[in-house]
Amino acid sequence: MEYFFELFLGGLTRGSIYALIALGYTMVYGIVQLINFAHGEIYMIGAFTALIVISVLTMLGWNQIAILLIAAGVAVVYSSAYGYTMEKIAYKPLRKAPRLSALISAIGMSLFLQNYVLLAQTSDFMPFPGLIPDFEFMEPYAHIIGSPELVILITTAIVMVLLTIMIKFSKIGKAMRATAQDRDMAMLVGVNVNWVISVTFIIGSATAAIGGVLIASHIGQVNFYIGFIAGIKAFVAAVLGGIGSIPGAVLGSLVLGWTESFFTGYISSDYEDVFAFIFLVLILIFRPAGILGRSTAEKV
Amino acid sequence: MDMEPILDVKQLTMKFGGLRALDKVDLDVYQGQIVALIGPNGAGKTTFFNCITGMYDPSGGDVLISPPKNGRPQRINGIKPNKVTEKGLARTFQNIRLFHNMTVLENVMIGCHCRMKAGILGAVLRGASTRREEEAVIQKSYTILKKIGLEKYVNDFAKNLPYGAQRRLEIARAMATDPFMLLLDEPAAGMNPQETHELDELIIRIRDTEGISILLIEHDMKLVMSLSDRIFVMDYGKKIAQGTPEEIRKNPAVIKAYLGEEIDA
Repeated sequence: MEYFFELFLGGLTRGSIYALIALGYTMVYGIVQLINFAHGEIYMIGAFTALIVISVLTMLGWNQIAILLIAAGVAVVYSSAYGYTMEKIAYKPLRKAPRLSALISAIGMSLFLQNYVLLAQTSDFMPFPGLIPDFEFMEPYAHIIGSPELVILITTAIVMVLLTIMIKFSKIGKAMRATAQDRDMAMLVGVNVNWVISVTFIIGSATAAIGGVLIASHIGQVNFYIGFIAGIKAFVAAVLGGIGSIPGAVLGSLVLGWTESFFTGYISSDYEDVFAFIFLVLILIFRPAGILGRSTAEKV
Repeated sequence: MDMEPILDVKQLTMKFGGLRALDKVDLDVYQGQIVALIGPNGAGKTTFFNCITGMYDPSGGDVLISPPKNGRPQRINGIKPNKVTEKGLARTFQNIRLFHNMTVLENVMIGCHCRMKAGILGAVLRGASTRREEEAVIQKSYTILKKIGLEKYVNDFAKNLPYGAQRRLEIARAMATDPFMLLLDEPAAGMNPQETHELDELIIRIRDTEGISILLIEHDMKLVMSLSDRIFVMDYGKKIAQGTPEEIRKNPAVIKAYLGEEIDA
């Protein structure tokens, strides 16, 4: 039973990380019906930015937690700037073009960013310091869940709650929902749709950056290619939950996290991805729109 | 009349490839008027609305507005729809285009928001000024819903409203943007006589108590004749007549456009 709990919490942690990235996919899809394939790269850039900040601040001998917070803050700002710029350069000019053109542009953006980081940072795995300390009060439970996992879970929960409040109650949240439902009409009631789209990219990039810092610190290494794998997984999670739906993205991520965790734990870790994707295929056969996706589902 | 028209459209032209959907159309609306734009199907009426509200960039001509609050005329063709709305023109659609998965109140609040200042940071941090502004928006939205007679639906989803109420909600949402002029695209389409009669009263009330001028496209001739101060008639992208309801009723070109007959003397 204890083993089960360990796997359950492990899956929950994994799922939380996927959720932080999947949010960006699903929000962008909800607003502009674009699969932003370069989204994983934003996550990777977030992790690298944090690594650079951490290296500098560690040399200055700062406090560990302060370093982590500052690094995460810088990563969020930097990644958001990338997300914002990416939309302006690669997607905005193609907004009225067929969807495939924007998709190709997204793939191009993804390759560009990967290779740009490859050239700037080499292809080696770089060690990423585990900055999340082991809390003393966690000592008795350490065999079930470690402090880093706990931090990941709590951070994800906070991000989700903030995001939900924002979308449900704030002005920009209403504008986002309106834009997702009918972009032209939103413009006609005075919504600045360009701004709404930019904000969507900024928020998606910010949550991806938080995910990037957390998982890099948890796994302990980064390279230019991590965004691709994580991006694909998060994309799968978003589709699994029903793309365009925020609760769907979270649910899909958790389901994916648990599937991977349980199959790895009970069967074999060699087939982790195989099982995850078999599961995806099965769900999509029976629910083509995803778990929470409906043709009339509320987007964003 | 030595007053400036609040909407002055000059020689408006819109080409789609070789087709002239609008061909040098002139139209003007003065403060406090209810003006109707009529014509057979395909005459270009909706295209005309789309050109004025920034959804299309016209191929030629000018759209000038002089909002009653700051009277100097400004050219608005080619600017974005949300900017047109900010300048005080609001419109509704022939086919209802509400935000169906939002509540009635939220639909109206969206309209109010273009007059508000709060940014994203405020939305997340929810400072005192943001909350006060939000409170004011809810108040204002509620007042508008009351005027339109929709207050009992405030928390219902827009998609669950009866048809006539959905049409009125479109008008409420447009009014929330504080327009000086409303453009209504077939507001009575699909309404029963009772609902049409209520709409008639509502439009007059909006003009009289809010001081909002109205430009409407409508096929219901009874409504048009009883409501309008002036009527413009279009056919095949051209303006073929203008005048008071009385003049239009007798105008041979209009009769011809509608009945498709040659006029024998």
